[in-house]
Amino acid sequence: MSRPSALLGVTTALLLLPGCSSATADGDRQLTVYAAASLTHVFGELEQTYEAAHPGVDVVMVHGGSSELAATILEGAPADVFASANEAQMDAVRTEIATSPQVFATNTLTMIVEPGNPLGLSGLDDLAREDVASVVCAPQVPCGAATLDLASLIGVELAPSSQENSVTDVVGKVASGQADAGVVYVTEAQPSSGVQEVPLAGAAEVVSAYPIAAMAGGHSPDLGPSFVELVLSADGRAVLERAGFGAP
Amino acid sequence: MTGTMPRWMGPLAMIAAAVVVLPIAATVARLDWSRAPELLTTPAAIGALTLSLATAAMSTGLCLLLGLPLGYALATWRSRLKPAVRALILAPLVLPPVVGGLALLYAFGRRGLVGEALEDAGISLAFTTAAVVLAQTFVAMPFMVLATESALGARAGHHEALAGTLGGSRTRTLWQITVPALRPALITGTVLAFARALGEFGATLTFAGSMPGVTRTLPLEIYLQRETDADAAVALAVLLVAVAVTVVALAYRPLAARPTDGAGR
Repeated sequence: MSRPSALLGVTTALLLLPGCSSATADGDRQLTVYAAASLTHVFGELEQTYEAAHPGVDVVMVHGGSSELAATILEGAPADVFASANEAQMDAVRTEIATSPQVFATNTLTMIVEPGNPLGLSGLDDLAREDVASVVCAPQVPCGAATLDLASLIGVELAPSSQENSVTDVVGKVASGQADAGVVYVTEAQPSSGVQEVPLAGAAEVVSAYPIAAMAGGHSPDLGPSFVELVLSADGRAVLERAGFGAP
Repeated sequence: MTGTMPRWMGPLAMIAAAVVVLPIAATVARLDWSRAPELLTTPAAIGALTLSLATAAMSTGLCLLLGLPLGYALATWRSRLKPAVRALILAPLVLPPVVGGLALLYAFGRRGLVGEALEDAGISLAFTTAAVVLAQTFVAMPFMVLATESALGARAGHHEALAGTLGGSRTRTLWQITVPALRPALITGTVLAFARALGEFGATLTFAGSMPGVTRTLPLEIYLQRETDADAAVALAVLLVAVAVTVVALAYRPLAARPTDGAGR
């Protein structure tokens, strides 16, 4: 979606402005965390935990698609930490990494439908039905690649009406009623989004790993590893679990 | 033509040009010329370009067909409400792309104000090329309406009045007097509408979806390609800019530069 990307652009521009870059007016330090969009809620909680434990440090979160974040980091954006929704994007920024990447969470796929499941959909093969308008992620983005893997594992040929750019776009199309069903990460299939989850057989076989690493190019390279530690800690684990993420 | 420009405006004009030209030049500089022919001839690229040109042409046609009457109506309408109505019609120009898409969804989506009734009648716009055309028409219409209205507003209407006294019907007067006189403005409106339709992105993505050959226009293909191959995204972006610049350069002339009977500004 272009809203997060616009936000990202503005945030990056602000970060690049001299004066707002490394310290705020009262001498506070700033820790900049680039994290995949699916981590928005979890990292919001961890941000508060971190700031409570590190007085004087202001954590700034930049969320977006992992590949978009990776591209900005490669263009010189000052990230102290990068948490990616897949290993390919962590690999893309390997020249900027300060500590070796560690997988801190996993995600699997599920199906979402209109609340009440009026069409009685039960599995991926229903998505090939002619009377079902389904949306999936495009094969070029991580959730779409995982969807293709799952479909071929089960032996189903999907016939989507649209291949979206991000998992949040898929949720949006189903929640708005434009589409009857979609395939998303379990962490996105929240009832609060106005969708109902239909667990998929075989979904546990296709696991997306989320790696995290401290980055060298930020303004507080000394603080990065401590945030990574928090994410990997028991506290971090508990927050991730509550949001539906699996253990590495 | 006005007189000679004050000297101090020169540097400002150059900065203005740089603000616009620099990012485009920087994009062209990123282009990998050796890979460009291969990147631009993939089935995905050709499909997206074809769809973009076809939908932009259709929505420009719709803008001309509907925007000209609306511009005419606005120009001749005498009401205190006119500024408010005009401002409302310009809203697509300022709406953030995603909001434009949501607005279309609320109107024409499967559960939308009008969309639900259409759905009951067996007409579904969801995920169709028609939805793309609708999104582009929505964002491009203001250019056509504005061009028509301002050109008409600048005309005194003497010729039309004369045609009327000579017994010409309103329709005949429109085709034989008004439209020829408005030609430069109509061309301006058409070109701007086409360029805007060609670049439409957010409303299409939110409202129409993204499916190769059906709804994935060139801007959507660029956005997706960027995920995996930045070079391909740059090549497609340069192609899009080249098409738009060519169309504008060929068709657009400043209104005042044409010999007209007062149809200009």
